Amino acid sequence: MSPLFRHHRATGARMERVFSTICGLAVWIPLIILAVLLVVGLSEGVSRIGVDFLTSYPSRKWEEAGILPALVGSVCLLVLTGLIALPLGVGAAVYLEEYGQRGRFARFIELNIANLAGVPSVIYGLLGLGVFVRALGMGRSLLAGACTLALLVMPVVVIVTREALRTVPDAIREGALALGASRWQAIRQVVLPMAMPGILTGSILAMSRAIGETAPLVVVGALTYVTFLPDGIDAPFTALPIQIFNWVSRPQKGFLINAAAAILVLLVTLLSLNLSAILLRNRLQQRMQG
Amino acid sequence: MSEGASFTRGRPPLGDRLVEAALQVAGAVSVFTTAGILMVLGKETFAFFSEVSFAQFFFDTQWTPLFADKHFGIWPLLCGTMLTSLIAVVVGLPFGLLSAIYLSEFASPRFRQVAKPALELLAGVPTVVFGYFALVIITPALQVFMPELSGFNALSAGLVMGLMIVPLISSLSEDALWAVPRGLREGAWALGAGKVETILNVVLPGARSGLFAAFTLAVSRAIGETMIVAIAAGQQPRLTFDPRSPVETMTAYIVQISMGDVPVDTLEYRTIFAVGASLFVLTFGLNLIGRRFVPRAQRSR
Repeated sequence: MSPLFRHHRATGARMERVFSTICGLAVWIPLIILAVLLVVGLSEGVSRIGVDFLTSYPSRKWEEAGILPALVGSVCLLVLTGLIALPLGVGAAVYLEEYGQRGRFARFIELNIANLAGVPSVIYGLLGLGVFVRALGMGRSLLAGACTLALLVMPVVVIVTREALRTVPDAIREGALALGASRWQAIRQVVLPMAMPGILTGSILAMSRAIGETAPLVVVGALTYVTFLPDGIDAPFTALPIQIFNWVSRPQKGFLINAAAAILVLLVTLLSLNLSAILLRNRLQQRMQG
Repeated sequence: MSEGASFTRGRPPLGDRLVEAALQVAGAVSVFTTAGILMVLGKETFAFFSEVSFAQFFFDTQWTPLFADKHFGIWPLLCGTMLTSLIAVVVGLPFGLLSAIYLSEFASPRFRQVAKPALELLAGVPTVVFGYFALVIITPALQVFMPELSGFNALSAGLVMGLMIVPLISSLSEDALWAVPRGLREGAWALGAGKVETILNVVLPGARSGLFAAFTLAVSRAIGETMIVAIAAGQQPRLTFDPRSPVETMTAYIVQISMGDVPVDTLEYRTIFAVGASLFVLTFGLNLIGRRFVPRAQRSR
């Protein structure tokens, strides 16, 4: 081996190390920045969190303000959104995956869903304002907010459900059909149970997207200062992200601390939703294999 | 027990047909959604343009629908949107692309398994939270070095938005890199190229259409992003490319008007639909272009 060539090899190896280090840093730096932002930005909020904060109504004095209506509103929205979006999303996915694969209508729907997934969430707000709040006369209610969020997350539910359905081997469908099951029986009793871990995980992730959405709810008309709890699906409402937005927009330092505390509550909720999704998936997968 | 559908020539049982119809309706909801968006935006935008001329909308340089002296030029809002999105992409692209190269060409499968969901965390943080960070941490931190930076500014909002779109760019770029056939890499190695030379001269050029898709979809995401800019970039529509000054984006304008008490069916109310329609056309166009360039094998995902 000539000295020149060896030299070339050595620089090549060094270059590779430098290059891969730079690329590796590109993975780490965003994560580190996020960690720093979380710690620096939210540590002040920790002291605010307590029973009072969770069970009080908003107030003009930041020390007395709490997030009860926002929390209740978010939970109601989440439940309603799930009740609307999950059946529709899973249904649409089953149709596309199990029934309509080659049809023109199915392909049209497919294209539609792909397009909808890229529409900015604030546009869904305008849709909700025009259709649910005004044309359908729901007013600025919980139901209108939930319908809007449901349409927003439906593409996500469809996409994850389709992925889950695709993991079920065709031989299993064929086996069920060969045993005399009708198509729907095969889907309901064999395919759906097998795809359930994936569907549930994806659905929880879709719901966790809904819980953090702010812009569409602002446009649909969520209130920012609510001193009562919603007493029905036609009641006006607020939600946790809306409350955060409201507090962030105020100049006083105390409200920013409140915002940090509310953000902590929101992030903990999100984290526990995601964790439960992972645990649920693991449990169900074990049971299927066992 | 009904007869096996696949073996009989007869029609499937009634229950089955009902279920199929119901599922079809569920699928059709997406079509209704698209139709609803087009109708709502179309109707109100049409009403808007019956009072404001196209020329004013596209050629006026001021946007002051709430003032006594009303101007309806979209450019200041468009400019704010472009400025914040540009900053976001300038920040997000190198991080997204380089991390994709690392994950696809260097990382061990185990590291990938941990790093990918970790990066996804960035996309999972609600944008209202990122907006808070931009306003409360990034802006004061930057003001230490740049005293002339105003409290609301395009720079902080853009920087944080860049952080937010890293996972999107990273995962799309990684798909693009994966789609480059392994044989091409092996050919380059066989010709004596090192790993870095192979990546720079073979893999990246081979993946360029997929990388272009990642870029386009990231721009679209940044343009449509709302809460970060609504919180941290300000509410002053102005025609400037100075990232230190407050600006207003199209999305932030929609939020600003929605928070206020503008009576329905007035011209001021309709402005948000006209702005929304512009936003829709812009993002829809970019998504259409972007999706065309997503590598074939990945397109179905």
